[in-house]
Amino acid sequence: MTKYTDQGKQDTRSGYGAGMTELGRTNPNVVSLCADLVGSLKIETFIEENPERFFQVGIAEANMMGIAAGLTIGGKIPFASSFANFATGRVYDQIRQSIAYSDKNVKICASHAGLTLGEDGATHQILEDIGLMKMLPGMTVINPCDFNQTKAATIAIAEHHGPVYLRFGRPKVANFTPVDQKFEIGKALMLNEGTDVTIIATGHLVWEALIAAERLENQGISAEVINIHTIKPLDEKSILNSVKKTGCVVTAEEHNYLGGLGESVSGVLAMHHPAPQELVATKDTFGESGTPEQLMEKYGLNNKAIEEAVLRVLKRK
Amino acid sequence: MAKNQELQDLVYQVRRDILRMVHKVNSGHPGGSLGCTEFLVALYNEVMDLKEGFDMDGIGEDLFFLSNGHISPVFYSVLARRGYFPIEELNTFRLINSRLQGHPTTHEGLPGVRVASGSLGQGMSVAIGAALAKKLNGDDHLVFSLHGDGELQEGQNWEAIMYAAGNKVDNLIATVDRNGQQIDGPTEKVLPLGDVAEKFKVFGWDVMEIENGNDLDQVVAGLKEAKSRTGKGKPVCIVMITEMGNGVDFMMHTHAWHGKAPSDEQLATALAQNPETLGDY
Repeated sequence: MTKYTDQGKQDTRSGYGAGMTELGRTNPNVVSLCADLVGSLKIETFIEENPERFFQVGIAEANMMGIAAGLTIGGKIPFASSFANFATGRVYDQIRQSIAYSDKNVKICASHAGLTLGEDGATHQILEDIGLMKMLPGMTVINPCDFNQTKAATIAIAEHHGPVYLRFGRPKVANFTPVDQKFEIGKALMLNEGTDVTIIATGHLVWEALIAAERLENQGISAEVINIHTIKPLDEKSILNSVKKTGCVVTAEEHNYLGGLGESVSGVLAMHHPAPQELVATKDTFGESGTPEQLMEKYGLNNKAIEEAVLRVLKRK
Repeated sequence: MAKNQELQDLVYQVRRDILRMVHKVNSGHPGGSLGCTEFLVALYNEVMDLKEGFDMDGIGEDLFFLSNGHISPVFYSVLARRGYFPIEELNTFRLINSRLQGHPTTHEGLPGVRVASGSLGQGMSVAIGAALAKKLNGDDHLVFSLHGDGELQEGQNWEAIMYAAGNKVDNLIATVDRNGQQIDGPTEKVLPLGDVAEKFKVFGWDVMEIENGNDLDQVVAGLKEAKSRTGKGKPVCIVMITEMGNGVDFMMHTHAWHGKAPSDEQLATALAQNPETLGDY
């Protein structure tokens, strides 16, 4: 099995901050907005180096989305940032009308997505944001897996014209993708080739999928692991090529099974190549307070859950 | 500078366009459109500094954002008669495959429109963003916006009002169409707005009033006065008192024509009150 090394645990939101720092130095049209969460979004360096290109909007996310839409008129590339809950569900209609329907080149950058926000509890742990955003026509939805990939994705979306939802998180997790890996929107990454089952993971669950694959290998099961960082547009070709080979699939994400990556994969398979699938995702529930590890264990979103799902899906082949 | 009579002729013609557009498809919003006819005619033909043609970025020209998108008939008519798209296209208002959607949108690429509006309360934020982009670009042109008074019940406006004053967005002139009416009745009965001017003032705006927003001279003078107040550290608000349905006697003094089209007979009566001046489309 292909070996991946953790270069040292880091939070994906710091990857966003590092990406913003670089964009601040390289792209004069990039502007940043934040709704009273500068420290959480790790954009202090961007602000320090480009004070005139940063807009603090206060605790007013609806206004932030509208201002971001307006800033595109005049050629700016706004990165509007907040927690995932407040950057999507709270302002859905502002995003829908002023950004998506108006074809505005706004990047919605959301930290603290999913359960791994931890102790703050369900008011802040959105598990519906991928679904909300992927349903908007024209919206690109990206959920990178580690620090390096989040930084690369942040830089890449500035070059993409159109609205983007970039989702990342709070906890320090393994940083294992190559530091210089080019980020191609909509292109799945093959992490490990296998023959018995395909594991398609996104975000924090990618590293968990690799751990699961290693344990499965020890049991004589060959798992193919694909990192889907772009949920929309979905790399259907890579998914179909893999599932045609392995005959079954497990999807893994830190999101509700309704509206998430798993559902998108199911749709592709149903249309082109029906195959057994198990979904590692939350089961139409809100989260709760706890440490990230406790929550991922309780809600079945870790490497153990992926391993169990693989064993289940293999029996259905 | 257009002569006053030319502007007045345009007002009559735009009113006819509004009535005929709404009548043809038996849907749309004539009341608020008629109330803001003088404002939009003056803005686009006497007040704003506009480039030839249309590009989305609008660098080097004044910009306008219509927040209360349901008054699309007056917006479309004024844009068409200003040359943004063929006047005949007004024939396609609200029809399938048209660029003239029920509420304005950029989606079909209609020249003159820079953001979708219709879901209320979002336009001021967008106007602020465009005004900030102008400052970043070193573009000393202005951003205008129009808002319904009932629309101020949407909370996002107050986020925007607070932001614009707090951040000295002084290249923005936001006008509130104070017609006192909304779908369910008078604003002061549905959800009282109280003293709109005072509210903007305490938020830190430079506020002025146009006492009769259906008097062309007052509107032109008011908008020019507003321009002279920009660049002084405060966003400028105009509270403009208008009469919904202005120019058609049976559409005035009521909220009944907010979103209702006239019958054949009513159209004939309304058109008789507004002479054809520049040629119907």
